[in-house]
Amino acid sequence: LAAGVITKDLSRALQFVEQLQAGSVWVNQYGALQFQAPFGGFKESGHGRELGRYGLAEYYEMSSSDSQARKVEIKYTQIFINNEWHKAANGKTFPVINPSTGEEICQVEEATRVDVDKAVKAARKAFDIESPWRKYEPVARANLMRKFATLLRRDVDYLSKLETLNNGKSVEDSKGDILASADCIDYYAGWVDKITGETIPGGCDQMIFTRHEPIGVCGQIIPWNYPIMMMAWKFGPALACGNVIVLKPAEQTPLTALYCASLIKEAGFPPGVVNVVPGDGPQCGNAISVHEDIDKVAFTGSVEVGKKVQEAAAKSNLKRVSLELGGKSPLIICEDADIDYAVSVAHRAIFTNAAQNCTAGSRTFVHSKIYDEFIARSVELAKKRVVGDPFDPDTEQGPQINDSQFQKILSYIESAKKDGAKLECGGERAGNKGYFIKPTIFSGVKDNMKIAREEIFGPVMSVLKFDSYEEVIKRANGTSFGLGAGVITKDLTRGLTFAQQLQAGSVWVNDYDAVCNQAPFGGFKQSGHGRELGRYGLEAYYEVKTVVIKLV
Amino acid sequence: MFSKLLCRQVVNHGFRLTTRAASASTQKKPVVERKPDVKYQKLFINNEFVDSSNRSTFEVINPATGDVIAEVADGSEKDVDKAVKAAKDAFRLGSEWRRMDPAARGALLYKLADLIERDRAYIAALETYNNGKPFKDSYNVDIPHSIAVLRYYAGWPDKMNGKVLPISGDFFAYTRREPIGIVGQIIPWNFPLILLCWKIGPSVATGCTTVIKLDEHTPLTGLYTAKLIAEAGFPPGVINILSGDGPHCGGSIVRHPDVAKVAFTGSTQVGKIIGAEAAKMVKRTTLELGGKSPNIVFADCDLDTAVEMSHFALFFNQGQCCCAGSRTYVEEKIYDEFVQRSVERTKQRKVGDPFDESTEQGPQISHEQMDKILDLIDSGKRAGAKLLVGGERVGDKGFFVQPTVFCDVNDDHRIAREEIFGPVMQILKFKTTDEVIERANDTDYGLAASVFTKDLDKAIVVSNGLRAGSVWVNTYDNFDPVAPFGGFKQSGLGREKSEYSLDSYTETKCVTMKISQRNS
Repeated sequence: LAAGVITKDLSRALQFVEQLQAGSVWVNQYGALQFQAPFGGFKESGHGRELGRYGLAEYYEMSSSDSQARKVEIKYTQIFINNEWHKAANGKTFPVINPSTGEEICQVEEATRVDVDKAVKAARKAFDIESPWRKYEPVARANLMRKFATLLRRDVDYLSKLETLNNGKSVEDSKGDILASADCIDYYAGWVDKITGETIPGGCDQMIFTRHEPIGVCGQIIPWNYPIMMMAWKFGPALACGNVIVLKPAEQTPLTALYCASLIKEAGFPPGVVNVVPGDGPQCGNAISVHEDIDKVAFTGSVEVGKKVQEAAAKSNLKRVSLELGGKSPLIICEDADIDYAVSVAHRAIFTNAAQNCTAGSRTFVHSKIYDEFIARSVELAKKRVVGDPFDPDTEQGPQINDSQFQKILSYIESAKKDGAKLECGGERAGNKGYFIKPTIFSGVKDNMKIAREEIFGPVMSVLKFDSYEEVIKRANGTSFGLGAGVITKDLTRGLTFAQQLQAGSVWVNDYDAVCNQAPFGGFKQSGHGRELGRYGLEAYYEVKTVVIKLV
Repeated sequence: MFSKLLCRQVVNHGFRLTTRAASASTQKKPVVERKPDVKYQKLFINNEFVDSSNRSTFEVINPATGDVIAEVADGSEKDVDKAVKAAKDAFRLGSEWRRMDPAARGALLYKLADLIERDRAYIAALETYNNGKPFKDSYNVDIPHSIAVLRYYAGWPDKMNGKVLPISGDFFAYTRREPIGIVGQIIPWNFPLILLCWKIGPSVATGCTTVIKLDEHTPLTGLYTAKLIAEAGFPPGVINILSGDGPHCGGSIVRHPDVAKVAFTGSTQVGKIIGAEAAKMVKRTTLELGGKSPNIVFADCDLDTAVEMSHFALFFNQGQCCCAGSRTYVEEKIYDEFVQRSVERTKQRKVGDPFDESTEQGPQISHEQMDKILDLIDSGKRAGAKLLVGGERVGDKGFFVQPTVFCDVNDDHRIAREEIFGPVMQILKFKTTDEVIERANDTDYGLAASVFTKDLDKAIVVSNGLRAGSVWVNTYDNFDPVAPFGGFKQSGLGREKSEYSLDSYTETKCVTMKISQRNS
């Protein structure tokens, strides 16, 4: 807890100061407790610090009443249809919660089937063959998109605070999301005049060509983990191909999508091209999936709900479906890896965005030769991870999104303990307010344990041991998911072999989550169908029409 | 694009106004500076304006008056060496340019487009001052089209995918589309800014570095754009712009051993010299050369549209278009009426001061060009073609030529075989579809062609049969950036604009790696 040294020799004093293992070291005095100076123990003398600014940190990191959070003004809480704001047809609203505190931020109008109908009507009208939207030149559409991207960048400060308030990710992360979103919209704006049909060499008395036409009214249902970015991933290709949109943001995080709706209007999109209906899954989301006049539904979220969406789409009007679902993505650390680098990649792979990430590297396979060292260093790094108030610039990890996620994650942690995995660090709630969970690491995880099979969507790293590469590829692929995978190795052949044999939509070699706008992203197996981003992302948003003209 | 913006009467005859044209027409009128300041007269190398190494200059003329309006640095072989060295440094492996993210290259093009848009009125005035084209064309066609081209290419850098190949055996194989390297680009005087942007667009999008030679008649807007290139933030050496003549400055670029590719727009005669010179070092070459483009008018066309479009196809830009519709083939049944209406339309064409708002036609670019045109007109008269209107110089100041129409032109007349590059329309008569296709193709050129008909079948059959890089049906001079442009036969090699143009600026590298085991 404390130590003292009495000496007149400055350098000796400083040497003691450096080397004594204690929370307080007093030189030429003893027991000098002051309000400004933090106090607390090393080793078994305790954790955390009392007094001073550090003493505050123990409390304010979970604190709701942070002044910055209060300063964020909520401007839009209604349903956005035809470039106008509407109240819910059933007169109801639902609360939006700040996950850092568990307290209500505001009430938002609750869209249900009737509101979805209204939005679809508006969208349908905007898609009429004679509508301004359908008659726009490609470049005019691109200009609107680029304008929208410019507005996102203009309002990045406000939007990032709003995102942080509603989602709980750090302000820095929110900023990164928004700038990446603007880039995504710009990227797709560049595609507008580059989506080419083909002419096809038919018989000599034929002229055959294809047109890539917009599908029509697209229902888009997005999750709460990257509210703005998922919106951008959906808007970009849909608008580039000339579709119209009914977007349902997650009921947990509707605020930034509603603000972005106002930017859509400001950018000058014609009414009805983009409509935003905040609401829950069972009523609002379902109304989209079963709607007879929606031509395509795109969903990002859990496998469980994804299956329902696809089923509803098939049963109603066989609307086109693209799904980006869950994962249990393997990250394989080979024995030849630079261990510090591997540890930092694995840390980022799981803990980024409070591990609320469909691609989270949630099965860390480590070669037995470096397993122990890997665990030791990973624990060291996880313990340093700053969890707390997302408005604090030092914060690396904010809260989980809500109570039910929070409880679910804690129950996974309990199951792991029961199953015999070894808890290396974390494993519990952080603070006593909001939904914070300490970065958690389990070693000795076996393939059949629940935490190695199911998506936790929380800051829990499961480290598994492997001996041979044939074995680890089989184990890595032994899942019904297939979204992402990573491998850390210096061996070229091994890297390429893994890249070839891993069953996942994205494989990152010597990196993780290297998602960029140009590169397609999506799942093998039950992690989804279709691809988002890149040129491939466009394919989910156009119908190919073949035109054959007989020359008579 | 040009046709949409320019053919006012056709628009009135029922062509739907496009959003772009509509917004252009509702804009406030620009303040027109009739004698714009010439701000940049030196060579642009490494983002700096420098004198030519031998300090020599040449005179730049206003073709509407014949007056000298600037003295511009005369780039020599030494200056080309310097510019190529700058381009080579900028292209060095590991350089800022080579390490730049693709989207950042796109952002530079967007920025350059924005700066040109900012200075649109000034640049348009400068273009007219130097080239003589009507200000309303510079302002409504040349500058907006240049901007559109740059913005089009701005979207490409992060979309030029290579391929992963289904190779046999235990290999992993993929292609990379890499920039060719240092390109030399030589442009003509008829569309100075547009052709500069056609060249800058693909070279920047693909990541090449470039040495561009502006035409000695029209260097002014190019040099001003050089200033905007520096302002936009391009790294030094990526785009170098020289003013100078063909034999010395242009020739030095073509011959330079470090220049990996040459792109030239100009006459077929010079194009052949360049092609032969480039072949000595197996340089990549794209050539966009001359034409004698047929414009075929069937009796079942909309005659109003056909007359106006055919007039536009030939007379636009004082007839100084490589793709000018300079052989107008008209079906016998409507020949007389078409000729009569074309003459009426031509008589209305207003020739004069290019800064005057009502002017449709300015001067030719030079005394030399004017003389050449007048000589060809004489040859037409002597050969027995019937001169219906025009045929002479206008006034004695500047290089103006009357809008001229010949009928009863035969396929073997010089005016039906040689590129006139002036306001001289040849109207020929035909009877059958097969006949007209054969006659239309009976030329060494193959740049463009057009067909006017309401018959779907005829439109497709004739456009399939024509040997030309661009075929326009019921329209002319559509220059959308997404559409490729270039010649069959001696009208050139390669294509500009569109995705196709990127092929001319990239090398394909195939990487094959042995791996331990390949699976599907």
